[in-house]
Amino acid sequence: MYKLLICNSTLSDKLFDPGCLHTSFGIRKEKKDHYTNVPRNANLEKLPKGYLFPEISLRQHQHLEQHPDASLISLGIGDTTEPVPDIVTSRMADFASGLSTLEGYRGYGAEQGNKELRKAIAETFYKDVNVKDSEVFVSDGAQCDIARLQLLLGSRVTASVQDPSFPGYIDTSVIIGQAGDLDHETGRYHRLEYMKCGPENKFFPDLRRTSSTDVIFFCSPNNPTGHAATRQQLEQLVKFAKDNGSIIVFDSAYATYISDDSPRSIFEIPGAKEVAVEISSFSKFAGFTGVRLGWTVVPSELCFSNGFPVIHDFNRVVCTCFNGASNIAQAGGLACLSSEGFEGVRTRVNYYKENAEILLDALASLNIKAYGGQNAPYVWVHFPGMNSWEVFDMILEKANIITVPGCGFGPGGEEFLRISAFGHRESILEAARRLKALFS
Amino acid sequence: MPLHQYHFNASISSSSSTFLAPPSAFASSSRTQNFSLPLRNSEICRCVATPQEAKTPTAYKTSVSRNANIGKLQAGYLFPEVARRRNAHKEKYPDAQVISLGIGDTTEPIPDVITSSMSKKCQALSTLEGYSGYGAEQGEKSLRAAIRSTFYADLGINDDDIFVSDGAKCDISRLQVVFGSDVTMAVQDPSYPAYVDSSVIMGQTGQFQKDVEKYANIEYMNCTPVNGFFPDLSKSARTDIIFFCSPNNPTGAAATREQLTRLVQFAKDNGSIIVYDSAYAMYMSDDNPRSIFEIPGAREVAIETSSFSKYAGFTGVRLGWTVVPKELLFSDGFPVARDFNRVVCTCFNGASNIAQAGGLACLSPEGLKAMREVIGFYKENTEIIVDTFNSLGFKVYGGRNAPYVWVHFPGRSSWEVFAEILEKTHVVTTPGSGFGPGGEGFVRVSAFGHRANVLEACKRFRQLYK
Repeated sequence: MYKLLICNSTLSDKLFDPGCLHTSFGIRKEKKDHYTNVPRNANLEKLPKGYLFPEISLRQHQHLEQHPDASLISLGIGDTTEPVPDIVTSRMADFASGLSTLEGYRGYGAEQGNKELRKAIAETFYKDVNVKDSEVFVSDGAQCDIARLQLLLGSRVTASVQDPSFPGYIDTSVIIGQAGDLDHETGRYHRLEYMKCGPENKFFPDLRRTSSTDVIFFCSPNNPTGHAATRQQLEQLVKFAKDNGSIIVFDSAYATYISDDSPRSIFEIPGAKEVAVEISSFSKFAGFTGVRLGWTVVPSELCFSNGFPVIHDFNRVVCTCFNGASNIAQAGGLACLSSEGFEGVRTRVNYYKENAEILLDALASLNIKAYGGQNAPYVWVHFPGMNSWEVFDMILEKANIITVPGCGFGPGGEEFLRISAFGHRESILEAARRLKALFS
Repeated sequence: MPLHQYHFNASISSSSSTFLAPPSAFASSSRTQNFSLPLRNSEICRCVATPQEAKTPTAYKTSVSRNANIGKLQAGYLFPEVARRRNAHKEKYPDAQVISLGIGDTTEPIPDVITSSMSKKCQALSTLEGYSGYGAEQGEKSLRAAIRSTFYADLGINDDDIFVSDGAKCDISRLQVVFGSDVTMAVQDPSYPAYVDSSVIMGQTGQFQKDVEKYANIEYMNCTPVNGFFPDLSKSARTDIIFFCSPNNPTGAAATREQLTRLVQFAKDNGSIIVYDSAYAMYMSDDNPRSIFEIPGAREVAIETSSFSKYAGFTGVRLGWTVVPKELLFSDGFPVARDFNRVVCTCFNGASNIAQAGGLACLSPEGLKAMREVIGFYKENTEIIVDTFNSLGFKVYGGRNAPYVWVHFPGRSSWEVFAEILEKTHVVTTPGSGFGPGGEGFVRVSAFGHRANVLEACKRFRQLYK
């Protein structure tokens, strides 16, 4: 049987999800099958048939079938691996037990989140930039918030994304009807604006050559490139948004990984409150990938073109399409933001950052150009002239390491590979050894 | 990252003490008034009405047009309006002991067998062996299997037809995202407001027509005492999607096997998809179907959504599920489940693993027994309320198969009755018209509450209406 150094149940579950097994559903085979008269949502037809992570799972599965004794190291999906600090889990455990008592039982919470937690988030992350508790909306994670923001914005807005970028912005944009059709040759959607980010432009788009759109998705520190935008870059971005009347959706889920003095929040930039919302998450700094907790900040100053405050509509979507994050997760979140809790989660973040350093060092010793890794738990490795799926396959075949091909993040990711730094130390060290063996 | 860049709350014990602060006796937690910025004096803020017009214009506006669909929503979303009036009432009568039988929020502690499994899961997350990160977006295999064997045994439903979620309200919106803006929909009238509101947000509806209190482009299927709370399907226009809730919120009506057979036939003849909300199935006393899939042929026409909220007191814990059978196909033959899976994988990241651990415990033999006891408790509450209104000479519906009592006040405005009851008995209910024009003349009394509160509320009803 095969051995996984890092076992991710998501991967094995995804193998059997109906979306992944292309052969199990197809056109109807028997005349007696009933078709409803409900048309399929045309937007969903525009999504690419195979999407990134299940495709990776499939290749992993096939590899393991061929090499059952392979000891696979997964540096693919950015899934946290280290246990959550005791101080956080014991608080969640106590809260859960408390639900069995009269005094401790809680029913529906506010859809916007527990008041204390909203306050703690505002005070921990946004004190110097005056974000109010009432502007913080607690959620079950950034991926869900992105979808709710898209519901808020609707199908008629135009959007731009960094290229490469986290697939969720593009996919939700397609689903909601903003993106138009996929051009199979270029791999780009017709109505999306792609802002190329690469070594040539310091991973920040050339805004002079960027068309204006209603919404700009911007992630910093960036998944997958690991680049943290500088203050100067973000000032340019805010100015660009202001000049064009755009709204920035700023994803700061990796802010706690920043080592230098890059801004941790878009709201550190003056004027940002009139042009930006910020999303973030407890996933990567508290190990809450399975617990599910995040937040979105919508400043009260942010208005649609008719002067209507965005926060009112976001609140309405949150109240209608959501029913709050789990109260147990929120209790955990509050514990994370106490001084003792924060100290505990910080050690985890540092652990992953050390992992990233190990990988960077290994690649540097091989004279392979690698970016990121210093302000984010991702290393963005350049293989000039090579097809990223081919590099993925080669590394899987020869070193038994799962990574993520850069093209999965957009055409701008071609020639690159993302290696994630989440993993037990021994796996990371072993991976580094194998990479050295493979490439030297 | 440098510690000094972050600002901390006080130590855990004080920061979390208010989190765990006990609600005051005889009252559910207070709700805030209008959602004004910044919030004031609120313990927990529920969604409140949003104003239609823009606030005082700020210096700068983006050029992004407001989503016209959201603009169609009426300011008075039901439960926040109820909350607003209750808070105004509390301010007017600060010494009144307000009893809330309005919002259907569970009140009784969760059985130990369930919370202890969640506690254990929390603790396990601190260990190497017990830590888990991302789970499958569709839910943990063991939980999907347990849901299937508990609720759908022998109904031709497979484990992988089941998608675990953070609750029915969220699933309804995800289903709407799957369907998109180009479908037509039908709802019962009255019905749970989320079906209509999510439809508006998706752009499936026209404008709200104030004279009839209906959105253009939605088919409202009237459900009244006259038709036994089952719509006259011969008078219903065909729509792509039919939302149907049984046992029903707010009327408490449970559709019979015969009625559901007709509904399934109707859907089949019209090529429609039924979204069947069975969140209250375990409250059923009569011998009615608990799942739409008990009806032959339903797998080709229906999706079923349900929730642990009202069974396990998970209203705050957040756990539910949706069943999408493989046999359900769009007009081009494409399986609905594939698109639902895609939306679940893209717009969602799974229910909390802690909640799922609790769900699994709920479905153990001990957990099921414990849930049935709590459900039995709320059903006793319901009986007390039904008896009270019956003894006062009211026409009362529901109550037998659901934790809601639907009381008829013929010829009266439901908001007026709501206000009268609140003013004179300090009991919060829900006005029927909040669930649609078909709810006018009715008030919904929910049976979730501590026994003492329910008894006291009934005592006050008897005084008011003797």
